[in-house]
Amino acid sequence: MLFLADFSVIKPEPGLLFWTTVIFLIFWYMMSRFAFKPIGEALKKREQDIQEALDEAKKAREEMAHLEAKNEQLLAEAREERAQMLKEAKDAKEQIIAEAKERANAEYKRKVESALHDIENHKNAAMVELKNKSGQLAIEIAEKILRKELSNKAEQEAYAKSLSDSIQLN
Amino acid sequence: MTFARKYWIVLIISGLSTFAFAQDGHENHNHPQPAQQQDAAAHPQTAQTTGENAEAGHPAGAHSPCGHSVNEEVPFNAGDNAVHHIADANAIHLLGDTYLPLPCILYAPGHGWKFSTTSTFHAHHHGNGEVAQDGYVLVHGSIMRIQNPAYAKGEVKVDDYTHQDTTINGKKRTLYYAVINGECNLLDAKTTYDGGIMGGGITSFYDFSITRNVFTMLLTVLILFLVFRSVAKSATKTHGRAPKGLQNFIEPFYTFIRDEVAKPNIGPKYEKYMPYLLSAFFFILGLNLIGQIPFFPGGANVTGNISITIVLALLTFIISTFSAKKHFWEHTLWMPGVPAVLKIFILTPIEILGIFLKPFTLLLRLFANITAGHIVILSFVSLIFIFGDAGKSTNGSIAGIIASVPLSLFMMTLELLVAFLQAFIFTMLSATYIGTAIEEPHHH
Repeated sequence: MLFLADFSVIKPEPGLLFWTTVIFLIFWYMMSRFAFKPIGEALKKREQDIQEALDEAKKAREEMAHLEAKNEQLLAEAREERAQMLKEAKDAKEQIIAEAKERANAEYKRKVESALHDIENHKNAAMVELKNKSGQLAIEIAEKILRKELSNKAEQEAYAKSLSDSIQLN
Repeated sequence: MTFARKYWIVLIISGLSTFAFAQDGHENHNHPQPAQQQDAAAHPQTAQTTGENAEAGHPAGAHSPCGHSVNEEVPFNAGDNAVHHIADANAIHLLGDTYLPLPCILYAPGHGWKFSTTSTFHAHHHGNGEVAQDGYVLVHGSIMRIQNPAYAKGEVKVDDYTHQDTTINGKKRTLYYAVINGECNLLDAKTTYDGGIMGGGITSFYDFSITRNVFTMLLTVLILFLVFRSVAKSATKTHGRAPKGLQNFIEPFYTFIRDEVAKPNIGPKYEKYMPYLLSAFFFILGLNLIGQIPFFPGGANVTGNISITIVLALLTFIISTFSAKKHFWEHTLWMPGVPAVLKIFILTPIEILGIFLKPFTLLLRLFANITAGHIVILSFVSLIFIFGDAGKSTNGSIAGIIASVPLSLFMMTLELLVAFLQAFIFTMLSATYIGTAIEEPHHH
């Protein structure tokens, strides 16, 4: 058999021209109305969403960095404050110790003084007592000696005489 | 292994295509399958001719007064085979002698409209109708019209169809005849607008039928619409969530056309032209791809038919020309800063020619690329028949299959690339033409 060896594809045919025009125009209208428009809008919206999300993430990151810096600053401040407080505490401690020492010294001095004073008093009292005792003893001894010597008349007179002499002398 | 897993569908389709074409070829030639070789050799060639011939008492090979019967055995011709397969038809060949009938819308000036389907021609073998209906006959799946007004009404039995080569005005033409009651009746092909350059012209009738190409277009457009509708629905519904399913397949195309084609070429006003560019892109891509499927519902060479590319290129032409700004016309018709003599005699004529050449190259490029691809694949498949001496040599057929399958496979893969590439190029150039037309003057 023979094929219709007719290169018909290169011949514009009214039927095909007509139907292609009709089909393509309907396709164009339907697709732009019911497919491309919603798809395009959805894509645009999604792109916006993604952009917004990215922007937000960037913003959040920046905020985080900002917060971190702030934290760092706060920490530094806290550290400084602590150092300050420690220093103050140390100073206070030293002052207290110094004061305490001073007070202790004063007390000690006072105690020593009062002790010395007591000692002086006691010494004086002892001296007085000693003087009294030694006087008594001297009187007793003198009495005893006198008793013994005045047992004879002659000596008694002699003695009385000497006494009266000494009194006269005074 | 990864390759095989990724491209299994391509491999399967390519493999199937080779056999589908091969089967198609066998059926059309009425040649026995290689396996039935001995059987065929036992019978004389005449035993394989069609029933029509036998009934009409015209043994095949006999010369009727009006040339050779279309059912006559002739040596296999790969070129004719390819040219026949890429052509449009009024019926879709499914398998064997089964044809899917399509609506016929015919108009003959003076005889009015005729609406029917191709099934009324009782076509079986090779798509040749048994009867003429109101003067119309079906020859090789294409509708023709009997010139003789005696057959303009009613149903008449056709005994045979013949063809005869003649020379009219120095051009070789093939004339077709319908043999009715032993009489030869010259047939008219449908009207074409090639002005006789390609052997066509305005004849006694116009064919507005839903042909194979129109059917494929309708089917493709419907599939595309359904796919895009579902994507549009899920795109609207899944707002605020990650896209899924078909969306992930379709949306990259959309953003590609928008970001790589429309925005850089058209500029800030791109949005207005997006629907056209997208429609053209997906229309062409869909038809290119469905044309790659070698069996029903594919196989139609739609974008490789000049009528289709003419319409698309014309739309690009209309859109770009009608949205053209003053700046464009000024630079086209009266280029500033060029001497008037040069403008009148060289520049302006060239620029005006360019306005029409742009869409012309657009329509020719798409048409030529797709048709060439189809012809090359068909030629590779034809190797089976050439090597097998049109079914007479089993060993030859096997050798042909061994040569044909990898070549067809390679070509089909390449054509898959071409399908995307040509759709892209058409859209890209359309965007460029629109962009040039609406370009605003640069402020220096």
